[in-house]
Amino acid sequence: MCTYATMNTDLDGSAKGPESRWFHVSHGTVYFDHPVHAMAEHTLNIDFTDPTKGPGARVAVELTAGSARELVAAIEAALASAPAEMTV
Amino acid sequence: MSDSLTAETTKTTGYNGDEVETYVSRPAEDGKRGGVVVIHHMPGYDRSSKEIVRRFAELGYDVAMPNLYWRDAPGAAPDDAAAAGRANGGVPDERLVGDVGGAAAWLRALPTSNGKVGVIGYCSGGRQSVLAACNLDLQAAVDCYGAFVVGTPPEGFPIKITNLIDQLPNLRAPLLGLFGNEDQHPSPEQVNELEEILKSDGKTYEFHRFDDAGHAFFSVDRPAYRVAAANEGWELIEAFFNKYLGA
Repeated sequence: MCTYATMNTDLDGSAKGPESRWFHVSHGTVYFDHPVHAMAEHTLNIDFTDPTKGPGARVAVELTAGSARELVAAIEAALASAPAEMTV
Repeated sequence: MSDSLTAETTKTTGYNGDEVETYVSRPAEDGKRGGVVVIHHMPGYDRSSKEIVRRFAELGYDVAMPNLYWRDAPGAAPDDAAAAGRANGGVPDERLVGDVGGAAAWLRALPTSNGKVGVIGYCSGGRQSVLAACNLDLQAAVDCYGAFVVGTPPEGFPIKITNLIDQLPNLRAPLLGLFGNEDQHPSPEQVNELEEILKSDGKTYEFHRFDDAGHAFFSVDRPAYRVAAANEGWELIEAFFNKYLGA
């Protein structure tokens, strides 16, 4: 089904997107729903975007539920591995 | 009947008088015929949805599919537009009704129109097809596995989506429902619930449930594709539209 559920979050960073150009990322959209490309019925999808640059300024990923959870754990582990004062 | 047809992008006047990008396809031959509004699925106004539009033209109908994300991302790639629409909160019900109504009016204004227009939608568009048929003058509606026609969205859904139970008494078109028995949204129990409501309201409907099929079984480019269910489903749609949209 279409889950309709969407989590929006502000971000501050950069992503390498269309035409291999880097752009500033100010927004993230996270949702578990039908993918466009991945061969799964549902995936955890993340759009890294800069809405001020138009809908094409987007880096999209579609991850199976299991690999999305592994990514969350890896992000947490990477952050935890760094000295606390560096990750404030 | 000839299989010659034309397909192009045009504009129709949708909700709030907005000009909305619309993909249209029409049989080449003259003669009066019905119209079909195709409601694309949530992933967007994409190639597979446009293939469906052309198939209905090949079946002998004038067809129009408004780009539901046109306002969110005019001119963007379909997947980027769908992402932008999603980030903006999805397609409001009133906007959907206005855009489908505009496409139906465009079809009825064609010199080939016999005055009859049907609507079909897939996935989220299945719910929207029922929504349109509860609010517009349409002669046939097809719901392909639309979730939340009945049933309650989980608590905390960030996008406000409601079921259509309170609107079903206003359904004014015959409804064809096509569902996979392995689907959980809508589940077989929810399909039964919808059928009971339609039956008690005295509505004209026709439901078909397919074994070995789940959600999105018509999607030829997805793992959910089920050949047998999709082939039979297309035949049922063809017969249904022929019955209610024919001359």
